[in-house]
Amino acid sequence: MLEIKNLHASIDGNEILRGISLTVNAGEVHAIMGPNGSGKSTLSKVLAGHPAYEVTEGEILFEGKDLLELDPDERAREGIFLAFQYPVEVPGVSNAQFLRLAYNEKMKHTGGEELDPLEFKDYLSERAKIVEMDASFMSRSVNEGFSGGEKKRNEILQMAVLQPKLAMLDETDSGLDIDALRIVSGGVNKLRSEDKGIILVTHYQRILNYIIPDFVHVLYKGRIARSGGKELALELEEKGYDWLKDAARETALAGAR
Amino acid sequence: MQATKEVTKEASDYVAAFHEQAESQRGKMPAWVEDLRGRAIEHFEMVGFPTTDVEDYKYTNVAPIARGNFQPASEAQAKNLIDGQTLERFVYPEAKRSRLAFVNGIFSSELSAIENLPDRVVVTELREALGGEYADLVRGYLARGAETSGDDAFTSLNTAFLSSGAFLLFRRNVSVEQPIHLLFLSTSSGAEKPIAAFPRVLVLAETGSEATVIEEHTAINDGDVYFSSPVVEIYVDDEARLTHYKVQRESSGAFHVAQTRAEVGRGSRYDSTTVTLGAALARHNINMQLRAEGSESWIDGLYIVDTGQHADTHSLINHRAAHCVSHQAYKGILDGKSRGVFNGRIFVHPGAQQTDAYQSNKNLILSNEARVDTKPQLEIFADDVKCSHGATVGQLNEEELFYLTSRGLQPELARNLLTYGFAEAIVQKIKVESIKRQLDEAILNRLHARLEA
Ligand SMILES: Nc1ncnc2c1ncn2[C@@H]1O[C@H](COP(=O)(O)OP(=O)(O)OP(=O)(O)O)[C@@H](O)[C@H]1O
Ligand SMILES: [Mg+2]
Repeated sequence: MLEIKNLHASIDGNEILRGISLTVNAGEVHAIMGPNGSGKSTLSKVLAGHPAYEVTEGEILFEGKDLLELDPDERAREGIFLAFQYPVEVPGVSNAQFLRLAYNEKMKHTGGEELDPLEFKDYLSERAKIVEMDASFMSRSVNEGFSGGEKKRNEILQMAVLQPKLAMLDETDSGLDIDALRIVSGGVNKLRSEDKGIILVTHYQRILNYIIPDFVHVLYKGRIARSGGKELALELEEKGYDWLKDAARETALAGAR
Repeated sequence: MQATKEVTKEASDYVAAFHEQAESQRGKMPAWVEDLRGRAIEHFEMVGFPTTDVEDYKYTNVAPIARGNFQPASEAQAKNLIDGQTLERFVYPEAKRSRLAFVNGIFSSELSAIENLPDRVVVTELREALGGEYADLVRGYLARGAETSGDDAFTSLNTAFLSSGAFLLFRRNVSVEQPIHLLFLSTSSGAEKPIAAFPRVLVLAETGSEATVIEEHTAINDGDVYFSSPVVEIYVDDEARLTHYKVQRESSGAFHVAQTRAEVGRGSRYDSTTVTLGAALARHNINMQLRAEGSESWIDGLYIVDTGQHADTHSLINHRAAHCVSHQAYKGILDGKSRGVFNGRIFVHPGAQQTDAYQSNKNLILSNEARVDTKPQLEIFADDVKCSHGATVGQLNEEELFYLTSRGLQPELARNLLTYGFAEAIVQKIKVESIKRQLDEAILNRLHARLEA
């Protein structure tokens, strides 16, 4: 469903992604790991269409369509979803109002049925069960005053409501307590299905015990340095990222020779 | 003795108009009113229109008003300018039978509807009240503010041309459910020169009473050029509660210079919300006197302006007694080539201990051509107080916009939603649905309706 080919992207003239190729098929979960600053969030934001990034080379196809042609809102309505590493607060707009607006925009686009506030309330409380989120969060302003963990959980609630085809979860596990991690992971698993793809960015192997990935990729300096199965995550947990630096040095040396 | 200023040509036009009117109306008003008006025109003649050299008018140039050649409205002129059908557009269902309507500042009994108000609630034309049963009461309060805080040119001008307005009296412990709607409609249509309207409002809320007043200034035709300059004087007695909405949606070509003066008593509550949407040039002077212990006042506002509009709020809140709370939140949304000015002073007088005063002015700028000058000020002459103030001027945040669009909202909807969110704190405190709806339709692209339905 998603094909990324030789993707180069820069921000303010600095190249951050330097040739990424990645294919995600329906039903697959891909974990992306890698040291701080390697470009994981950049990749997620480029996929979601953040205007600050410029794609200088390569292409992204989503269900055969050229994703780079679409604006962020169009991508979202096509079924792309990004759970932000740092969710944004939106004062003065309640979670329920915001979600209904987003839901109805999507329904308008896909020809589904739009919901009025009462209908949506029922739908929302049903979806909220997936992440065990209290009803009191629905009338509060989007993320305003939410704790770090609550914000992350709220992102997955949004995913549950919008039911995207492809979800990118950027460090959703960071900031979650042990119980919350279990609940939120359980929620993501419930949203997993044959026709959906998930890209899961994380630093920790722990979440992968709950959400078992089909593939693990290691991003380093804007490139995928290694790909493997779920055991790669265990290996990383053990070895850290130092070997990457050695490998990179060797590649550089090889290049120099 | 103050030096007499040379009277400018602009001021002398009004002085001439005054004498002409005074001549034709001689004997129609009680002598004390004629005196009051006479003193006011003298004062106006002395001070003249303020120029931008005056600190308080540094950012707001009223020269177009001074030079505008406006003609004070007369009873004859204001007659039959609007029919019942046109009126329908302006009726608030919440105040269907508690409305006083004015055309160019002159009371219109045909357009007004006062029915089934509780006993001991007086809602009447001010002109009538000057002479009748309430004359002594009115006399005791009208223009009293001038003695405590001095008058500026515009207040004097209003007093000088005082001929019509509203008198609201809420007797001891009475409580009125329906809001009282004071509808000020203006138009220059059919007039030789653009019209000047000088409505006057006096509100007396006696001890323990409770009421809501909506003061609305609007135009019959948008784009119409006129000058409207109301003065509203409010006295909230001990333990009384008054909710005051001021809705300013004058014509886009209009000039609006308004004074609101409120004096509040022991243990009282005064809650005001000012919504500023209209006029080419708008200036609102607020003067609050917290004169006895334990009162609480909210002085909130929202101004939303676009190209060709200038909105200026000058407020002075005087804490004269201990244990009073004042809370002021003003928000501005500025688009296009527009200009906002906020100048808020909180003055804590000696002895006003345990004062709790909060003031904030936040502005959202939606274009590169909009500009805001904001200046909150605290002057504190008591040592045991809690005072804070702050001002911000900002734009829509790119990350917030991206967040919303990444959920499938079109960029325009995302911008509207953030703007709506910015205004929400003020909008949500408005308890009159019709005002909310007006705001929504005029400005927020019906987002409120969309979110609620
Ligand atoms: N405006 C910018 N100008 C220059 N460099 C930038 C800019 N914005 C981000 N970067 C850099 O891009 C790199 C990749 O950032 P990114 O957020 O994608 O990393 P990440 O892999 O998600 O890291 P983390 O694990 O810490 O979340 C970082 O080195 C960051 O400093
Ligand atoms: Mg990151």
